[in-house]
Amino acid sequence: MATEGEGSGFAIHPMDQFVIKPLFGGEHVHWYTISNVTLWMALAVLCIVLLLVVGTAKRSIIPSRVQSVAELVYGFIYNMVEEVTGHDGVKYFPYVMTLFLFILFSNLLGLLPMSFATTSHVAVTVVLALMVFVGVTVLGFMRKGVGFLGMFWVSSAPLALRPILALIEVISYFVRPVSHSIRLAGNILAGHAVIKVIAGFATLVVASPFVVGAVGAIYGLELLVAVVQAYVFTILTCVYLRDAVGDAHH
Amino acid sequence: MEGDIAQMGKFIGAGLATIGLGGAGIGVGTIAGNFLAGALRNPSAAPGQMANLFVGIAFAEALGIFSFLIALLLMFAV
Amino acid sequence: MATGTETAAEAAGHGGGHAVGMPQLDFSTWPHQIFWLLVTLVVIYLVLTRLALPRIGGVLAERSGIITKDIAIADDLKQKALKAERAYNDALAQARADAARIVAEARAAIQADLDAATARADAQIMAKAAESEGRISEIRAGALDAVTEVAQDTAHEIVAALGGKADAGSITAAVAARLKE
Repeated sequence: MATEGEGSGFAIHPMDQFVIKPLFGGEHVHWYTISNVTLWMALAVLCIVLLLVVGTAKRSIIPSRVQSVAELVYGFIYNMVEEVTGHDGVKYFPYVMTLFLFILFSNLLGLLPMSFATTSHVAVTVVLALMVFVGVTVLGFMRKGVGFLGMFWVSSAPLALRPILALIEVISYFVRPVSHSIRLAGNILAGHAVIKVIAGFATLVVASPFVVGAVGAIYGLELLVAVVQAYVFTILTCVYLRDAVGDAHH
Repeated sequence: MEGDIAQMGKFIGAGLATIGLGGAGIGVGTIAGNFLAGALRNPSAAPGQMANLFVGIAFAEALGIFSFLIALLLMFAV
Repeated sequence: MATGTETAAEAAGHGGGHAVGMPQLDFSTWPHQIFWLLVTLVVIYLVLTRLALPRIGGVLAERSGIITKDIAIADDLKQKALKAERAYNDALAQARADAARIVAEARAAIQADLDAATARADAQIMAKAAESEGRISEIRAGALDAVTEVAQDTAHEIVAALGGKADAGSITAAVAARLKE
């Protein structure tokens, strides 16, 4: 399969950038191995610390540039949690903030040339989505008991339709983590693969000026996608959280 | 020979799967267009509906991403 | 690109994956990624809850507190300024009224002085006029006496010249009778 592209004169291997490589030699990737995954996750943590801890170290009343960005992010996510989940959801704000910051910085760092996009891996996003899914389910049963199941029983529908709707609701409930995780990984994966494929055409001299323009344009789009996907993942987390903690106006 | 046919089937399948992305495009376009139409009628209400816009786009887009995923799976995993 | 492929091929050689398969579906790396993801999330969560969020929340709360306090102070100052302006206006009106009163008083005093002086001058003029009249009437009386005397003398002389014997008494009576006419 590796030689498919080479037959036609192109060397396009869009998936190479997602390979997990141990940083300090070794063949196998054990669970404790320090690899490029570790490196780029650590860099995301570093960026978060730089923005939110070092940037706000002065606690100035008139904020510096970095501090005002940190405050902007804080206010943005805080308002989102409060608006979408209601007042009871505010105590889960740190968790939502963690998700948002991790995804945002992973996406953005993944866009650096030669970097590794941790959020393009299904393993990562599946864990993120499952944490939300399991957390919401457990919270819902803890706070509402069996009443949480009332979410699937659409009482505003005609009685005959309700079992069918309940089935659909249950299915859509269990599809949530799938779409939640695949959306993020798929967007990032697709964007990076597209950039790589288009860049691969640069070996064709006639096409290379267009390739430069196209890669630039797609890169801009991917910057937007990186931010929007972090936002979407977070707001969906809030929407799901509302089912568990919010009032029963589902 | 059999491998070649299987290869061909994979490529054709992957190509067909990408058609699904067109559906996602239509969906996202419909959502964004209707949002814009609504926003032009009542600009003051538009900022409050931004979240709904993005959630709607995300739902529509996810289905397109699924078909893209099928294409990838056919190309690289099957 | 070629060297990238080689290293990728080397690196992806583990776990029986393809050189360029989908690294995402190489399940042998999942425990690795999940482990590091959990570590990362826990670190971020701890950093946020212990350091960043309380700090930013504190700064925001402090700022909004200061802003409300400043607004209250500004409000206070505005009230004070309004009060001062009102006091100033009051004082101005008072001063204006005082000035008007003083002007009126001064005008009245001047008027009184003027009236008094006029009265005095009138009185003096009256006195002078009366005196002059007295003198004029005296002079007139004097002139009448002199006329009578001259007339008596003249009449006496004329009578004497005519050869009559003039009776002083009858001449005087005749002159007085003529003068009375």
